[in-house]
Amino acid sequence: MVTVLLPGPLRGEAGGASRLSVAAAGTLRAVLDELAAGHPRLARRIRDERGELRRYVNVYVDGEDCRHSGGLATPVGDDAEVQVLPSVAGG
Amino acid sequence: MATLLAIGTAKGLFLATSADDRRTWEITGPHFPMTGVYAVAVDTRRPTPRLLAGVTSSHFGPSVATSDDLGATWDEPDVAPVAFPADTDATLGRVWQLMPAGPDEPDVVWAGTEPSALFRSTDGGRSFELVRSLWDHPHRPEWGAGFGGQAVHTVLPHPRDPARLLVAMSTGGVYRSEDAGASWAPGNTGIRAYFMPNEWPEFGQCVHKVARDAGNPERLYAQNHHGVYRSDDDGRTWSSIADGLPSDFGFAMVSHPGRGGTVWTFPLVADSERFPTDHRCRVFRSGDAGGKWEPLSVGLPEGPFYPAVLRDAMCADDSSPGGVYFGTRSGEVYASRDEGDSWSLVAAHLPDVLCVRAAAV
Repeated sequence: MVTVLLPGPLRGEAGGASRLSVAAAGTLRAVLDELAAGHPRLARRIRDERGELRRYVNVYVDGEDCRHSGGLATPVGDDAEVQVLPSVAGG
Repeated sequence: MATLLAIGTAKGLFLATSADDRRTWEITGPHFPMTGVYAVAVDTRRPTPRLLAGVTSSHFGPSVATSDDLGATWDEPDVAPVAFPADTDATLGRVWQLMPAGPDEPDVVWAGTEPSALFRSTDGGRSFELVRSLWDHPHRPEWGAGFGGQAVHTVLPHPRDPARLLVAMSTGGVYRSEDAGASWAPGNTGIRAYFMPNEWPEFGQCVHKVARDAGNPERLYAQNHHGVYRSDDDGRTWSSIADGLPSDFGFAMVSHPGRGGTVWTFPLVADSERFPTDHRCRVFRSGDAGGKWEPLSVGLPEGPFYPAVLRDAMCADDSSPGGVYFGTRSGEVYASRDEGDSWSLVAAHLPDVLCVRAAAV
C-alpha cells in the first residue's frame, strides 16, 4: 500500500485523516487516480480538471519533489510514501 | 425578516446579518479562510434562500460552494461544480460571477469565469455546464486580459424573457443573446476603447460592470474602463452619461432593484490614478438614469480616502427603502438604509473586499 500524507488544510476532505493508504502503485498518476476514486474533492484540490498538478501544490515521492523526478510519471513503489504539501506562496 | 449581507474578501467570506432593519449587524466569518471570494449570490427564489460562493484557494484551486442554512454549513459536490471539458484545453482560474436567472427559471444559475466563459446550472448552482456557443465564438481568440485576468464578470438575465441574456467581459466587452444563449453578438456600439488603435471597435472594450434598470429592462448602465454609458435598446448601442460625474473611471455600477432610473457608482480619478476622486469617500447617485448625478457622503469618512471599490464590491438590497452597500480594498464595509442619503460602518479591518451582495432573508 502507498501512504499518502496530507497537509492540514486538506485533511477535512479525508475525514480528518492526516494519512491515507492507497492500493495503487506504479506511477504517481496511478496513485492520484486511485485517490480521486475514493476522495474526489480531495483529489481536485491537488490536480486541476486537466489532471495536472496545481501550480502551488508540491508532491514528494519518498522525499523527492515529483517535479524533478518525472512529474505524474514518477515511479511509485508498493510501499512508497507520497507527501502533499502546499508550496510557500500567497500573502 | 432579516437582511443578509454577504461580503467576499481576498481571504474569505464574511456574513453580516441585521435583524433590526439594517441598523446593527452581527458578523460571522471568515468562512473559507484564505480563499479569494470573488463571487457570491443570495438566491431568494427558492423556498429556503441559498447562498452561493465562488471561492478560490491560491494553492488548491477554485470551486463553488452552496449553503441552504444561511451560511451555517456549506456543501460542495464531489464533482467539480465548474470545470472546463477536456476538449477545451482550458482550466478554471476562478468564478467571477454567480447570478441566479429570472423567476421563470428557478433552478437556473449562471456563472461567469476566468478564462472568459459562461456556465449554466440547472440544479440551483450545484453543478454547471459550459455554454459552448460563447466559448466557440469566433471572437474569443481576440478577447484580451486586463490586470485582473480575462473573465466574464457580469451576467445579466432578462427579468421577463428567459431567451435574452447579456454578458460582459474584460476585455472583450458586452455580448448579447436573444435565443437563450444559442448565439451571441457583440453589443458595444458607442463604447470607446481608447486603449486600442481603432477606438470604436465592434468588440474588445474593457467594460467593468453592467447593471440593468428595474423599471425598463431594455435599459442598461455600464461603467467602462473610462466611460460611463447607458443603453436604451438592451445593449445594442450606448451613449455617455458621464457628464456630471467627477470622473468617468471606476469599477462598480449598481441599479435600484425596484425603481427605474436610480443608479449608484463610485468614481475613481483615472486608469493611471485609481483613487477616489478628490481623495474623498463618495458614492454618486443618479435618479434620472444618468442625466444628473449627486455625491453622497453623509456618514462616510471625511478625511483623505484612498481605497478603491471593486466592480462587484457595491450592491443594493431588495428592501424598501432600498439599502445600498459597498466595501473597500481597505476592508471597510458601509451600508445605507435610505438609498445612499446616509451611511454607517458595517465592518472594518477586513481583508480587501472583492464583492458584496445583500437580500432580505
